[in-house]
Amino acid sequence: MVREITIGQYYDEESVIHRLDPRVKLVATLVYIVAIFVVDSIAGYALVALFLAACIMLSKVPVKYIVKGLKPVMIILLLTVVFNMLLTPGETLFKFGIINISKEGLKAGSTMALRLILLITGSSLMTLTTTPNNLTDGMEKLLNPLKYIKVPVHEIAMMMSIALRFIPILLEETDIIMKAQMARGADFESGNIFKRAKAMVPLLVPLFVSAFRRANDLAMAMEARCYRGGDGRTKMKPLKYLRRDYIAYAIIWLFLAGCIVLRILL
Amino acid sequence: MSMTLEHVNCIYSADTNHSVHALKDICLTIGDGEFIGLIGHTGCGKSTLVQHLNGLISPTDGHIYYNGEDINAKDFNRKELRGNVGLVFQYPEHQLFENDVFADVCFGPKNLGLDKKEVELRAYEALHSVGFPDEEFYSSPFELSGGQKRRVAIAGVLAMKPKILILDEPTAGLDPQGREDILELISDLHRNENMTIILVSHSMDDVADYAERLIVMDHGSILYDDVPQEVFKNVRELERMGLAVPEVTYIMRSLKRNGYEVDDTITKIDDAVEQILKLWSEK
Repeated sequence: MVREITIGQYYDEESVIHRLDPRVKLVATLVYIVAIFVVDSIAGYALVALFLAACIMLSKVPVKYIVKGLKPVMIILLLTVVFNMLLTPGETLFKFGIINISKEGLKAGSTMALRLILLITGSSLMTLTTTPNNLTDGMEKLLNPLKYIKVPVHEIAMMMSIALRFIPILLEETDIIMKAQMARGADFESGNIFKRAKAMVPLLVPLFVSAFRRANDLAMAMEARCYRGGDGRTKMKPLKYLRRDYIAYAIIWLFLAGCIVLRILL
Repeated sequence: MSMTLEHVNCIYSADTNHSVHALKDICLTIGDGEFIGLIGHTGCGKSTLVQHLNGLISPTDGHIYYNGEDINAKDFNRKELRGNVGLVFQYPEHQLFENDVFADVCFGPKNLGLDKKEVELRAYEALHSVGFPDEEFYSSPFELSGGQKRRVAIAGVLAMKPKILILDEPTAGLDPQGREDILELISDLHRNENMTIILVSHSMDDVADYAERLIVMDHGSILYDDVPQEVFKNVRELERMGLAVPEVTYIMRSLKRNGYEVDDTITKIDDAVEQILKLWSEK
């Protein structure tokens, strides 16, 4: 049931994209997002889509798996398209009573949907190809300069990695408790909204109890190993740029330059 | 009152690179009033198999019949099935949620749609049968000891009066006394109420003492399905799978190797005692 949530999960595979330095992937994702909003022509979107397709090919993550991850955001996508279509004023295409679908609206709606799809797919490709540990390591390193203005960068990164690590654990726990209560005849699927909310109690109470228990255990285990925060802490695997990382940087900046050129020319 | 599995297959995360073929072509019949021990190493598919039996997981392929009816058919009443096939999960104490013990045990029968009087009667009986003290009926389940919590959780399933009771590692993490109590309780239910029991366990001693039939699983398939004496003859095969035979069987084997005339397929301590005493008196 809950096992089916794939967004933000790591997909284990051996590929160039997986091996890239997490800092490169973080920066590249940011640049990519900027690029999506820079382009405004069909050629531009084609370039972005091509770039994304190339990255997906290189990452060896099955397209089917990525599409499955898009399912939960489908409703938001649909709403965006519909609202844009109905509420943008302009030249009328169809008219049913008070509903007015304009040419501009159709265009704005489909552009928005396209942008969102590119955005979500692109950023989920980053999480699919980077382990949570690597991701927070990269984030910590990138945000390191903020230390000088007293931002607890290491602690934030640690909290993030713990939070990310707990997502699959809690999902699994939810699955087990849900099944255990269903084995006792609980019904999570039928009834009106109040009934359903009430049916969640036998799920949520044990889940919270276990989340607190796990948090407590983890704190104890960290304390037992004398965890003291970031000061003077070294890494077992320090991040180091390799040749492929420089090449990747070059490609991503070139890509952005290409997008800007397309915007100016067309 | 029987359960039949026909060519049941289960694949987790199909069409990804981490898909797991958890059950491979399982065919199985569970008769009325049997006491079955289900053993296998971690990750061999035991838990997946038992979750199929009350419809929590639908098989990727194959059919499961309860009294001749396909339990995954669209119009089958799965709620009733879950009342008839009680499943006690591993560490069942993690599912307790009510304000007091009694209310928690009432949860199961209440979901079956029984009237209040019947619900409370069943909860009372169930708590009694697991030997839970009356004066603690209204204390919070979160303040009990581990062993007591486990009893309450088992009572929560018993209160639904299942015909088949499945227990997934019911003795994990308990002290020897707690373990003995739980196993005795299960064996009483089997003897007095003729309940069909499926006991999933890692402990060969547990299953050897109580089970009448033993099913050994390995990598999603059933490897052996026989009486314990027969299954435990395959010592080397079992050890290769990371399992073992009961302690007492090892003792009898080593006695025989040292030239004593004993039966080395014995799996119960009582039988072993008898043989050794006989040997002693002949001396």
